[in-house]
Amino acid sequence: MDWGWMLPEPVSTFGGEIDSLYYLILVITGAIFVIVEVALVVFVIRYRRREGRKAAYSHGNKVAEMVWTVVPFVLVLYIAYQSNDVWLRTKVAERGLENESALPLRVVGKQFEWNVTYPGPDEELDTDDDYVVRNQLHMPVGRSVRIELMSEDVIHSFFLPEFRVKQDAVPGMLIPVWFQATEAGEYTLACAELCGLGHYRMRASVTVHEPEEFERWVAEESSAGEPPEPVPAPADTARVDLEAAHDGGHDDRQAREGDDQA
Amino acid sequence: MSSVTAVAERNVSVQHWAEPEHPDERPFIRKYIFSTDHKVIGSQFLFLSLFFLLVGGLLAMMMRWQLGYPGEPMPGGGILPETMAAGGILLPEFYNALVTMHGTFMIFFAIMPLLVGVFGNWLIPLHIGASDMAFPRLNMASFWTAVPAGMLMLVSFFVEGGAAGAGWTAYAPLSADPEYTGVSTGQQIWCVSLVVLGFSSLMGAVNYITTIVNMRAPGMGWFRLPLPIWALFITAILILLAIPVLAGAVILLLFDQTIGTSFFLPETGGEPLLWQHLFWYFGHPEVYILILPAFGIVSEVIANGARKPIFGYPAMVGAIVAIAFLGWLVWGHHMFQSGMNPLLGTSFMVSTMIIAVPSAIKVFNWLGTLWRGNIHFHVPMLNALAFVAMFVIGGLSGVFMASTPVDIYIHDTYFIVAHLHYVLFGGSLFAIFAGIYFWFPKFFGRMLNPTLGTIHFGLTFVFYNLVFFPMHNLGLGGMMRRLYDPNAYAYLEPLQPMNTFITVNAFLLGAAQLVFLVNFVWSLKGGKPAGPNPWNANTLEWTLPSPPPHGNFAAIPRVYRGPYEYSAPQVEADYWPQSEPPEPGQEPPVDYTVREALFSGDVPQPKDAPETKGSDG
Amino acid sequence: MEGMQVYNKKLGMWVFLLSEVMFFSGLIGAYIVLRFANPEQWTDAGVVLNVPLTAFNTFMLICSSVTMVKAFAAIEHGDQAGLRKWLIATVILGAAFVGIQVFEYIQLAGHGFVPMVDRYAAEGGPLYGATFYTLTGFHGAHVTIGVLCMIFTTVLAFRGRYTRDDYGGVEIMGLYWHFVDLVWIILFTIVYLI
Repeated sequence: MDWGWMLPEPVSTFGGEIDSLYYLILVITGAIFVIVEVALVVFVIRYRRREGRKAAYSHGNKVAEMVWTVVPFVLVLYIAYQSNDVWLRTKVAERGLENESALPLRVVGKQFEWNVTYPGPDEELDTDDDYVVRNQLHMPVGRSVRIELMSEDVIHSFFLPEFRVKQDAVPGMLIPVWFQATEAGEYTLACAELCGLGHYRMRASVTVHEPEEFERWVAEESSAGEPPEPVPAPADTARVDLEAAHDGGHDDRQAREGDDQA
Repeated sequence: MSSVTAVAERNVSVQHWAEPEHPDERPFIRKYIFSTDHKVIGSQFLFLSLFFLLVGGLLAMMMRWQLGYPGEPMPGGGILPETMAAGGILLPEFYNALVTMHGTFMIFFAIMPLLVGVFGNWLIPLHIGASDMAFPRLNMASFWTAVPAGMLMLVSFFVEGGAAGAGWTAYAPLSADPEYTGVSTGQQIWCVSLVVLGFSSLMGAVNYITTIVNMRAPGMGWFRLPLPIWALFITAILILLAIPVLAGAVILLLFDQTIGTSFFLPETGGEPLLWQHLFWYFGHPEVYILILPAFGIVSEVIANGARKPIFGYPAMVGAIVAIAFLGWLVWGHHMFQSGMNPLLGTSFMVSTMIIAVPSAIKVFNWLGTLWRGNIHFHVPMLNALAFVAMFVIGGLSGVFMASTPVDIYIHDTYFIVAHLHYVLFGGSLFAIFAGIYFWFPKFFGRMLNPTLGTIHFGLTFVFYNLVFFPMHNLGLGGMMRRLYDPNAYAYLEPLQPMNTFITVNAFLLGAAQLVFLVNFVWSLKGGKPAGPNPWNANTLEWTLPSPPPHGNFAAIPRVYRGPYEYSAPQVEADYWPQSEPPEPGQEPPVDYTVREALFSGDVPQPKDAPETKGSDG
Repeated sequence: MEGMQVYNKKLGMWVFLLSEVMFFSGLIGAYIVLRFANPEQWTDAGVVLNVPLTAFNTFMLICSSVTMVKAFAAIEHGDQAGLRKWLIATVILGAAFVGIQVFEYIQLAGHGFVPMVDRYAAEGGPLYGATFYTLTGFHGAHVTIGVLCMIFTTVLAFRGRYTRDDYGGVEIMGLYWHFVDLVWIILFTIVYLI
């Protein structure tokens, strides 16, 4: 039986950083774990009941208690400090992407499939050469992608295990997700949030191409791909347009909340 | 020899109980069914919540079958209706119902009533020296509100569409619109049942708080309270403040489902994340509701088993209070990947990291209590030691998901499942076992069989770890939770042997609980008579006969010292009951008198208690 | 022992009211979040809701708190007739508050101001209606329960249950009543006026 004590090989730029944080915490908590469990076992054996002996009468020790309050405090704050930079660069595209030009994509989750909108050769979304591919996420290696993540119905979670990417897709919100693949190959996109009876099969394939190969794929698909689903125009009146709402479209709220995100 | 004599003398000197010439003449129905006696209500909660623990366990077994042997007909699955299992093969919608109801039953109807309903009812009046709760009839109402709530939840399996299937967290919009799950009535019943149960919990909390504040015996200052009472007091405050938030949120959810509002449905401006915020604002204090009483029980048992005063009593109390306070500031750590602003994630990460500190203090203080003790390995002590060993794992694994970047990967995977079971099973449930083995003699007048108890403990400890530890590895492998069939993903297929291994051990873990069940039922009538104080413990309930008579104390006892005066040099025996009057010239033990004066000046105290720290300090 | 029991009940009521604070805080928090996220679904004050009528209703509820205080002051001095008189006044004011609220609901519903998304026809949006009915409805339920308990208390007062030395029932009834009043002042402000 393969226990799998290590994380799978990361294939994104920040994957290694996340993994080293994981191993840092593993070392720290592992050390505490060993100290505590060994002390527990030693005490239990050494101070087991013996006839005619009385336990030491002690109500505590201020110095010892101070030490084991301060040391964990320092350790957890250290972990938090180490984590925060990685976290913000991972989740906030503006911090992580810096000046790279990223490939824009739109991923819309719905029961129980992922629809990916590609910008086509002009690399801009919401233009005529956009096309939608169901359950297939393609991208070039070595170039960041910037995803507009949405959901049509319930909450899904956009999970790319090998890339260390996970982000809930929430209906009514547009959430930006970015990452950059470091190795070409075939990977998996999974739904990680319970989304109904087909949740377990809401998966998609992820293909990381070499750049030229990706261009070829784009060229092929732009001629063959489905036209994008029309995105309803933002409601411009103060009143809510109930009929449009019942169609389950994306209104201007999504864009606004997306801005909050960034 | 001498200690035996001391025991006999001591029992005479502190005999408070009612004389047998005042027989209890209540009719059967008032005595055992609609009783206002906190002890009967505690036992009623015990039977009810053990029943739901069994139900929750059986649901888990079915889930484990599907995960261990996906797509194969479950043995005995043929008796399930076609809406749940086709030819014995569990359906995905039924699997989702199992996931939801296993969590719901275990959290709301098993662990919470076991810790709060059973030990709260039984221990509070006995530990503080009161004749009953402040509001006995409210107490009865609390139990009889919990019963219909639980029954309703059970019935929801058999309504059209089956039981709720949106997870115990009921994330909207999945839970808010029946179109998304195909479950309509079941989800509504889930909401109604939780609101009804909320009333039950509230009644209990009001009662506990009032009783602990108002009805402590003379001399029972705040810093002489046994730690279970401190823990239950703080827990009651958490229940009081958290449950109404859940009730409000669940009612809004119910409106979305039934009358067509859109609080959580985004099409007309509702906010799915609002549900998560409200739910976790309740939900994280709830996590501590499920562990604080366990801390209290374990502290009591460890001090008793080690025959040593609890190490750092004020720090133990302070840690409980700190956890309860910080518990209100960390709810967002359940929502790091939810689309919440990442900067909020940072602040929730920091508060979450800090809440690890009081938990660490508690663990180290338990170790300090064991250090240089004289450890008796009675069955409650074994379970309490297992609690410490397992809670450490659950606590440390929490640091991984507190770190926001690491949480990106492990959120919603089996790593989380492993973590929460190390806290709720390895933590709460081992503490519950410790508590049941410890107080069963007081509850029912008879000892649980120690041999069966040890076997039950050993099997549970081993199989528990074989079930839940590998789940960390599943999570590392990227296996999502609440996944009907992991083999739907090619990259999870190599994990199938481990899933099967876990399932086999889960069945053995379940089977081991039969030992407990047999021991429990048999010992009710056939156990060895317990006597008033089988563990040589200090707290007030052990001065009463087992089981204590209706009305508990014939005369309200007087308390002279803290609850953990084990192995004090002043007395020959290694324990020193709280209500035993001091002998002339005897030096009083450590008392936290300054703090006591701060908190309750009105409770009379013996004067001039010097701060004499132990020599090995 | 009897004195102790009253004390318990009073403490119990305070503790219970704390949980009520959390209940309304949760609902009000939800209201604030939804309103900030969807300002377009709300109208200016007084466009849909009848502010003058509710202001009058608010005034009545505040008066009922005053009469409750009067009832309590009366029994503190052992004044049975005063207790009964002021309790009846409180019941009438409380019941009138509920009555006016029901009347207001009927009127609003007639204008299409309903909580349901698909039947909403008034100005603003359905969340306006849904939050309005939820907040005022839960408050109204609390007033209704309060009136029923107040009637019970009044009946007991007529039977001479309360004396100068034993008036805990009146006191905890008063605590609840003032709490409900206070909640209304907050709700009136945020739901009707802002």
